[in-house]
Amino acid sequence: MSEVVRLKDVAKVYTMGGERVEALSGVSFSVSSGEFVSIMGASGSGKSTCMNILGCLDVPSRGAYLLDGVNVGELSQNELAEIRNRKLGFVFQGFNLLARTTARENVELPLVYGQVPAAQRRERAMAALERVGLAGRESHYSNQLSGGQQQRVAIARALVNEPSIILADEPTGNLDSKTTVEIMTIFQQLNSQGITVIMVTHELDVAAFTGRHIIFRDGLVVSDTPHAAQSAATIGEVPGL
Amino acid sequence: MSTFLQSLLIAVRALRVNKMRALLTMLGIIIGIAAVIAMVAIGAGASKMISDQISSIGSNLLLVIPGSTTSGGMRSGGGSSQTLTYDDAKAIKDECPSVANVAPTVRGSGPVVYGNQNWSTVINGVTPEMLAVRDWPLDSGRNISQSDVDGATKNCLIGQTVADNLFGSTDPVGRIIRVKKIPFTVIGLLARKGQSPQGQDQDDVIYVPLSTAQRKLLGSQHPNTVGAIMIQAQSADVLQKAQEEVTALLNQRHRIGPSREVDYTVRNLSELLAVSEQSSQVMSLLLGSVASISLVVGGIGIMNIMLVSVTERTREIGIRIAIGAKRRDILLQFLTEAVLLTTCGGIVGMLLGVAGARLVAALVGWPTLVSLNTIVIAFAFSAGVGVFFGFYPARKAASLNPIEALRYE
Repeated sequence: MSEVVRLKDVAKVYTMGGERVEALSGVSFSVSSGEFVSIMGASGSGKSTCMNILGCLDVPSRGAYLLDGVNVGELSQNELAEIRNRKLGFVFQGFNLLARTTARENVELPLVYGQVPAAQRRERAMAALERVGLAGRESHYSNQLSGGQQQRVAIARALVNEPSIILADEPTGNLDSKTTVEIMTIFQQLNSQGITVIMVTHELDVAAFTGRHIIFRDGLVVSDTPHAAQSAATIGEVPGL
Repeated sequence: MSTFLQSLLIAVRALRVNKMRALLTMLGIIIGIAAVIAMVAIGAGASKMISDQISSIGSNLLLVIPGSTTSGGMRSGGGSSQTLTYDDAKAIKDECPSVANVAPTVRGSGPVVYGNQNWSTVINGVTPEMLAVRDWPLDSGRNISQSDVDGATKNCLIGQTVADNLFGSTDPVGRIIRVKKIPFTVIGLLARKGQSPQGQDQDDVIYVPLSTAQRKLLGSQHPNTVGAIMIQAQSADVLQKAQEEVTALLNQRHRIGPSREVDYTVRNLSELLAVSEQSSQVMSLLLGSVASISLVVGGIGIMNIMLVSVTERTREIGIRIAIGAKRRDILLQFLTEAVLLTTCGGIVGMLLGVAGARLVAALVGWPTLVSLNTIVIAFAFSAGVGVFFGFYPARKAASLNPIEALRYE
């Protein structure tokens, strides 16, 4: 399988209030196409910083991040915006849908910035909503949807531009356990269709759905192990859910 | 273009969410633009009123009046001596090529009587050219003719004010009135002219043949002298030249030299026009700039609300950037919103301004002029205010750090 992501000795240093904080101190790993990876760690372990770098919202202070073979650190702001638009899909903990906007319009948003014509936008948004099981809900406003449905809209939005990777930052953090299983099932389905998913979580139960666990501590990767992914069908056996 | 349309749609939606706030924000621009348009309209109207009044004297005019007299060491004011004659007027007409018409006049006042009505008015002795020089049409009847002047006939033209007071609604033409107890036939009724720039009623006048006035009504000691000579130049371009020609001719005819003081004055009435036009322009400018201040205040209101809006929507901006919006897209979005606010305000303000100007025109009776220019400028200005005051908040939005913006609560 081809390599999608490669981090080479990536470090990130912030200066906060005059104090130098090293959020990442030399992280290296790579992710192949079609993997389902969870990044775990306590808060402050650097996993969010790593996610921001993977999401091209931030650039490494040191080291290199290659996305599809392109060194992201050398790109301009506009090129980064384009990569976020075309190659990456974001799913956030707080859903982050636009308020007072319909599900379909939320899903269309990345296509708007990708200069896709309106008719095509509509078609692709409807298809993405169908993939996450929300066909027929396209004209509901975000505040008329439940948390699980909102997160599904967010996943559809991440999907709509056919990205190389979906990056999910604690996607089930705000959901109850039943909805968590629903959402994780969707991620598994998408993954089985060949989409690479990288997810940050601090819950082992959630990580259990993924095929690889990378554990962070104090800005370093301390463990990187393959894992037999828990299937949604055997959900009753997952402890704590 | 589609990017622009898209930002327009987003802007419309964003404004619809906060209708009340959008309206209040717009109010500043609405008031500003309405004030600019109404003030400029009123200013332009006033300036037109003044220039109309001035041109009601007649156009391209020079006025020659006699110089001052000295008696017993006391110098009287200009025009008190009797140095200008009918012959001077004829010579000017014949010898100055830049002059179109010459109208010598003598002036007095006295009572006029018709039946049991009487009225005290201004009596002017004139030649037929007077009406052409003053650009003054007749409502009915005929003008004083050269033969009236030659024969010193007892015919007269009367102004509207005199006609109103003596005749009421009766047609005055052909009736006999008594001017200073002498019977005159009314041969023509002058059209209504209105106030002079000095506020005098120009219609309160009767015109009689110059010779009749000199010999029978005003009883001058110097039979052939005239009180003033009005001169109309061929055109505005040669007015200056006409003034020089008249001055040269009169200097020669009056033998003005080192030993003889100038005994007449030539005044250019267009200068009066220029001066008062200038003063009304100053007034327009003043009104306009006061109104512009309110526009600037409105613009600051826009900036304030846009800054609030950027802060409120920090998270939204973060989402948009994460999803692939470029800095330029965000900048354009907020700039469009600001410009939409101000141009909507501009359009409403424009309508209000025009309505306000009409209202003033109807209530106070001032003429107001709303020119297309003003409207276009006001509209462009309101859009400009949007760009100017919207730029800083939009740039602030575009330069947000997406990571922090996404974390913003």
